[in-house]
Amino acid sequence: MGSIETSRPAACPACAVAPAAEELAEGRAPDKAQLFLSLPTIHCAGCIAAVERALNAMPGVREARVNLTLKRVAVEAEPDTTADDLIAVLDRVGYEAHELDPGIIAATATDKAGRDILMRIAVSGFAMMNVMLLSVAVWSGASDATRDMFHWISAAIALPAIAFSAQPFFRNALSVLKHARLNMDVPISLAILLAAGMSLYETAQHGPHAYFDAALSLTFFLLAGRYLDHRTRAVARSAAEELAALEVPRALRRAADGQEETVAISQIAVGDVVLVKPGARVPVDGVVAEGQSEIDRSLLTGETLPAFAGPGARLSAGEVNLTGPLSVTVTAAGEDSSLHRMADLVAVAESSKNRYTSLADRAARIYAPGVHLLALAAFLGWLAGTGGDVRLALNIAVAVLIITCPCALGLAVPAVTTAASGRLFKKGMLIKDGTALERLAEIDTVVFDKTGTLTLGTPEPTNLGNHPRRELEIALALAGPSAHPLAKALAEAARKAGIHPAPLTDVHEVPGHGVEGRLGGQIVRFGRAAWLGAEAGPETAAWLRVGQGAPIEFTFADRLRPGAQEAVAALRARGLEVRLLSGDAEAPVADLAGRLGISEWIAGALPEEKAEAVAALSRGGRRVLMVGDGLNDTAALAAAHVSISPATALDAARVASDIVLLGQDLAPIAEAATTAKKATRRIHENFAIAALYNMIAVPIALAGFATPLAAALAMSASSITVSLNALRLR
Amino acid sequence: MEMLAYLIPISLSLGALGLAAFFWALRSNQFDDPEGDSRRILNDEWDDHPKP
Repeated sequence: MGSIETSRPAACPACAVAPAAEELAEGRAPDKAQLFLSLPTIHCAGCIAAVERALNAMPGVREARVNLTLKRVAVEAEPDTTADDLIAVLDRVGYEAHELDPGIIAATATDKAGRDILMRIAVSGFAMMNVMLLSVAVWSGASDATRDMFHWISAAIALPAIAFSAQPFFRNALSVLKHARLNMDVPISLAILLAAGMSLYETAQHGPHAYFDAALSLTFFLLAGRYLDHRTRAVARSAAEELAALEVPRALRRAADGQEETVAISQIAVGDVVLVKPGARVPVDGVVAEGQSEIDRSLLTGETLPAFAGPGARLSAGEVNLTGPLSVTVTAAGEDSSLHRMADLVAVAESSKNRYTSLADRAARIYAPGVHLLALAAFLGWLAGTGGDVRLALNIAVAVLIITCPCALGLAVPAVTTAASGRLFKKGMLIKDGTALERLAEIDTVVFDKTGTLTLGTPEPTNLGNHPRRELEIALALAGPSAHPLAKALAEAARKAGIHPAPLTDVHEVPGHGVEGRLGGQIVRFGRAAWLGAEAGPETAAWLRVGQGAPIEFTFADRLRPGAQEAVAALRARGLEVRLLSGDAEAPVADLAGRLGISEWIAGALPEEKAEAVAALSRGGRRVLMVGDGLNDTAALAAAHVSISPATALDAARVASDIVLLGQDLAPIAEAATTAKKATRRIHENFAIAALYNMIAVPIALAGFATPLAAALAMSASSITVSLNALRLR
Repeated sequence: MEMLAYLIPISLSLGALGLAAFFWALRSNQFDDPEGDSRRILNDEWDDHPKP
């Protein structure tokens, strides 16, 4: 409901004439709801049509439009439509959907920076083609007055175009020079400026060579590289922000007059009473004031077994309430909650990761000073060799700068990264960090979390076959109406096995304990071990007791996430060591490790121990990929060389990880490792191509044989080769 | 050679026209979903009459 548009101007005396303000004054409700849903599984024309048809057929929906590039749908609907209704409809037609925060999306919808670069690309492309047209005439023999006129027209087109298009390079170069450092933008700016300046001077002096086309094509190709780079990062950033918004932060507060109101988490203060309905996530840290229930702590601790919560029990933000409604007195909200305190642990681990330098940066560090020294040497050498001919020496130095200008280098990395992350996005993986692919290519160890990562966190009964039909019928009758995950799992499995519920009367839930009913004159109960007087075993279990008979155990195991088996097998087949690190009890961890064939596992690990285990592996010289979803994994995710979390993970875990899995399937992880290796190989190849081209072209330029035509040919050829090599990745 | 006096301005203004068209397309959000737009032509929902 909070997604209803509220971006209206505030009522004020000065704007009383504005119709919007009048509406506000009359207290009229907003006339439409703008909702956004993330659709991780859509991929084709059929999906677009199916989603739009399903949504448009819903009463209350005015218009639904899918954006396949961003895998989301924008829906304009009547104000009382909620995202949950839409998600239910999409679920029925077979598409997974998550709600996104419309506020954040509105802010990132128009990609201003991307458009800015596109405009500059268009202008430099337009100018480049026109100048090239005139240059062809000069190269094919125009001379004297005609050549001069063509050069002047070229100057008239090129100079304003460069002044507009090359601004991003100039700005960056200026800012690093201020800090007395060098990056790729310095030789780029220098080459563009010197080429344009020298050409203008040559034109005025009726000289034969002008490099306007070279200056423009440099700008054009490098802007193209810059745009690819920007798009990869912008898509990742906006998607990460949206994911952060997956859990729209709201809470149900009980006001002083006893009324319930939905408010933003930021408005909750310590001492407020918050209602947490069954099935909802606890939004704050607090103490239970009223009610009894069971609490699912799996996201925070990795425990699969729900814990009992009655008055006085402490709850942490992020836990899920299962069976009964609870009123919680807030002890910490927002920034102070345990969720946020975990962020400190993450910040420490993150700072060590920031030291990673990308391949592009390492190349630029060697390349930029080298280019300047070479051009300077050419200038000084020719100055000495010709006995002081400044014009010739400067011409050759400019030719060297243009030829060595990192056109191919500027495209070498972004072209590959764009191709690779596009490929992974299609498979349902989102690269959040620019260097994540390079780091992923280096891994030799994979550490998995258990609950919620290798497993779905939903249980599955394991010993149904051991029970007589009669007991199953009673259990189904009791479990059927309950929302508890164990009960739901049992009911589902029993129905699938063709069991019909026994005719019970007076079935009711006893929050925090289980379900009770009557069978004839006997009381039957299904629930926690302690409630039924049974001895709790090591396994996850629920118990059934008929009258005064002995309690009967139903054991459960966590259901494997689809693709988990394949992912682990494929990673091992690639020679990577796979480990399991869980906060859960030993028995379920050992069982899962056995099922997946993982020999190295640790159970009962606290969050700090997880982070320490990963850090110890790193100290031992290993490059660790951490895959986890819980709050207890967050620090370990940040400490690892590279990390992946599923979209169902808590905000904190997704923020700490470099790659997010959008769908349920784990199988793409192994594929991502392969793609990353391939991508890094392509980047190295591209560097080699650029170097090879420089080795051929630089001696020619140094010898003074480089003409504007040769520069244009060599530059285009190398840029196109590098881009095509990157495209081979698909 | 006097033809150049006409031809160069004509070629430049035609190019500028293309540039202006691109700017218009960019500003009217036509590059927001390149992937989806390329698939939408396969959709047969509005084949008989345009979307109302």
